[in-house]
Amino acid sequence: MKETLLSLEHLSIDYKIKGGYLSAVNDVSMDIRQGEIFAVVGESGCGKSTVAHSVMRLLSGGNAKIEGKILFDGRDLMICSEKEMEAVRGKEIGMIFQNPLDSLNPVYTVGNQVGEAIMLDRVDKQEAMRRAIKLFQDVKMPDAQERADSFPHELSGGMRQRVMIAMMLSRDPRLLIADEPTTALDVTIEAQILEIIKELKEKRNTAILMITHNFGLVAEAADRIAVMYAGEVVESGDVFEIFENPMHPYTRLLMKALPRKTKREGRLETIDGSVPRILDKKPGCRFANRCPYAQELCRSRTPGETTVGETHRCRCFLVSGEHASSGKGA
Amino acid sequence: MRDREKVRETLQACLKNGNFMVGFLILLSVLLVALFSEQIAPYGYTEQLVGGKFSPPSAEFWFGTDELGRDVFSRVVAGTRITLWVAFIGATLELVLGVTVGLICGYFGKWIDRVFSFLTDLTWCIPGTILALAVVTLLGKGLTNSVIAISLVSWASYARPVRAKTMSLKNMAFVETGTAFGESSFSLMFRYILPNVVPSLIVMVSMSLPATILSTTTLSFLGLGSQAPSPDWGLALSKGIDYIGTAPWLSVFPGIALVYTVLGFNLLGEGLRDILDPHMKSQ
Repeated sequence: MKETLLSLEHLSIDYKIKGGYLSAVNDVSMDIRQGEIFAVVGESGCGKSTVAHSVMRLLSGGNAKIEGKILFDGRDLMICSEKEMEAVRGKEIGMIFQNPLDSLNPVYTVGNQVGEAIMLDRVDKQEAMRRAIKLFQDVKMPDAQERADSFPHELSGGMRQRVMIAMMLSRDPRLLIADEPTTALDVTIEAQILEIIKELKEKRNTAILMITHNFGLVAEAADRIAVMYAGEVVESGDVFEIFENPMHPYTRLLMKALPRKTKREGRLETIDGSVPRILDKKPGCRFANRCPYAQELCRSRTPGETTVGETHRCRCFLVSGEHASSGKGA
Repeated sequence: MRDREKVRETLQACLKNGNFMVGFLILLSVLLVALFSEQIAPYGYTEQLVGGKFSPPSAEFWFGTDELGRDVFSRVVAGTRITLWVAFIGATLELVLGVTVGLICGYFGKWIDRVFSFLTDLTWCIPGTILALAVVTLLGKGLTNSVIAISLVSWASYARPVRAKTMSLKNMAFVETGTAFGESSFSLMFRYILPNVVPSLIVMVSMSLPATILSTTTLSFLGLGSQAPSPDWGLALSKGIDYIGTAPWLSVFPGIALVYTVLGFNLLGEGLRDILDPHMKSQ
């Protein structure tokens, strides 16, 4: 097994809001290993971006209460000083964001921005610009040489995301966090960006933590996945295992909601309702109010994590065998 | 290639803007006069009795002569330098203070913001001239001190808008990108946020320069700024006021020079605002 690079241990994050706390992430544990793509999948508001931001310690200071450990290469990032964090950001862990349209500084040319980034590692200007153009070529920017002189507003969304990736690559981080990297892009560009990310994993052995709501993307690229619901990881494991043998009712419903080549008639299935806002932590499964199999038990006790296969874990009474209908193999 | 195109576009926008061009030409003339004042002025500004006391404007003494028989024209020309110097020093001091405080307040927020915003509000609620008078009394008379006093009073007019802009820019995605990239707070403030404030700053500077010039002139007029025999326009105005009935040229010409310069800055500022800050366009 490959070496673990980032591991989250019992991470809980609560946002302070008027009159209490909003539980955004609850008891999340996951390991991301060197040279793999780990995807966190879930609906809007399930806390997946919060997890990503917490790793970089980008959550706005006073409003988030964070518990648990974030171990990067054995070091707890939660107790690092802000200075130490500056050294980790970019150099050890890079991050690309959802919206490449506003993620670049509008007043500098993109070549300049990537060049400046490289100069953070004490490289002289000419060498930095040379490397920047090389990076643009690496991310398959058309006309890399000329595009380096462009300002962000002169580029298309896809090109800007390439710039973002080039910028993050410039310092060769060991972990790249991609927060919905293709959400703002169309499907053809999405495929190209995904190709770049996969290449990155293979050529540089970078670990990638991908945050997405797109199951198609996950199937395409990820090695392992974690499905999140309302701040909790409900199911996690090897990507093929999860796709072939989903255990949690939520995962199953999500799979049913995917368009498939084999099923041509009728409308796509949907899951009624939306992710609840968890204001106070009561016992009980957070999916219970939308779950077709929910029982009294699900509302009164919180299901623990059950190990299903070698890597496959699930948080549901159906799987643990405590549910009344679990015998019927639901 | 592309840069040249951009420059040309901006130049065209400038040429088309009437306010900007008039202001620019006025200031250019003022600047030239200041640079070549020794060549332009026929007499030294302290040279006395070059042609009798209180001689009215004539072909030899364009602006007449004053109570000591000095050539008013030479003195007005020499005063140009003082005015531009005041504008330059004043703007620099105000900018450095105002922008730094504004950036720090907007970026760090919390108690830092509270403390500095309180200070900013404090300078707002005391009438500027009175506060400046107090500061000048503390520092002692003199031109440089009065510029410092004016700057200490008026930096707040930069701090507020810069703070507001910083607060909104701080939450922009590109600043988060910078953070994710391991940039320090200092670098985020000065390399990510500040350049995006500059267009508004240029406009603010050219709009507030006239105020700085006028306030400094006021202090000189009140006898706290430049001291005789300086050719300062404010000082000339205050000396000339005694003879306004008999020899109006003593105060009229420095006054016109002052209005001309201030008008130049105002027009330039208005033009720049239209060119650089389309959101604030005047009707």
